Amino acid sequence: MAKAKPRVKVPKSASAGEVITIKTLISHKMESGQRKDKAGKVIPRKIINKFTCEFNGTKVFECDIDPAISANPYLEFTAKVAEAGEFKFTWVDDDGSVYETSKKIEVK
Amino acid sequence: MKLDRRQVLGLTAGAAVLAVSGIKVNPADAATDETKKKIMEFTGGKEPASGKIALKTPEIAENGNTVPVSVSVESAMSGDDLVQSVMILADGNPRPDVATFHFTELSGEASATTRMRLAKTQNVIAVAKMKDGSVYSDTKQVKVTIGGCGG
Repeated sequence: MAKAKPRVKVPKSASAGEVITIKTLISHKMESGQRKDKAGKVIPRKIINKFTCEFNGTKVFECDIDPAISANPYLEFTAKVAEAGEFKFTWVDDDGSVYETSKKIEVK
Repeated sequence: MKLDRRQVLGLTAGAAVLAVSGIKVNPADAATDETKKKIMEFTGGKEPASGKIALKTPEIAENGNTVPVSVSVESAMSGDDLVQSVMILADGNPRPDVATFHFTELSGEASATTRMRLAKTQNVIAVAKMKDGSVYSDTKQVKVTIGGCGG
């Protein structure tokens, strides 16, 4: 499978104390472990099971993901911005690989 | 009588729906029990109250593979008035867990959106756990035209 590619949308700037919406998407098959192949064998589960968002090292939002989340998991959540800094996003795969990306935000 | 492709497809789909709804009564009941157990595990044995939490799902989902689901909880998100976690469950899926969101003071608001898979028409349940220990839940039924958990 192609490497999971994360995409994140964060506003470029916000006023101090503003609550912003962050949208994230990562390309991933999210094989549920429920499907069977043509020979009737169960296709092993392979999903992203955890997502975390940190801002300047402090946890903002976390999500435990189960197989019932659709392929290319999409997550939208909010964050309160008090200062300029960097959001760090982490996805953890069942096979142990970690996908990361980060986005900077300025405070007006 | 000669059937064209469209009629054949329609008939098979109808037959499949009948077969599914006719036979699979028991697994659905079992899933509901499992869902209850999951909720109790999550809340620590507390019966959730209604209110405060709002779950938003489409009434009818044409494609069970991607069903948008939004949840938001009324909260100041500071001090003791803080939402810790929100669990989403689908009681008709092979496994009821969908996702669990964990919020912090930095979240600003306790709201999140994602997309889930639904195997069939069923209830979707969201349970919120607050910092002060109170528990709230909301349930919505989603009608699914094509299931999304594979064969």
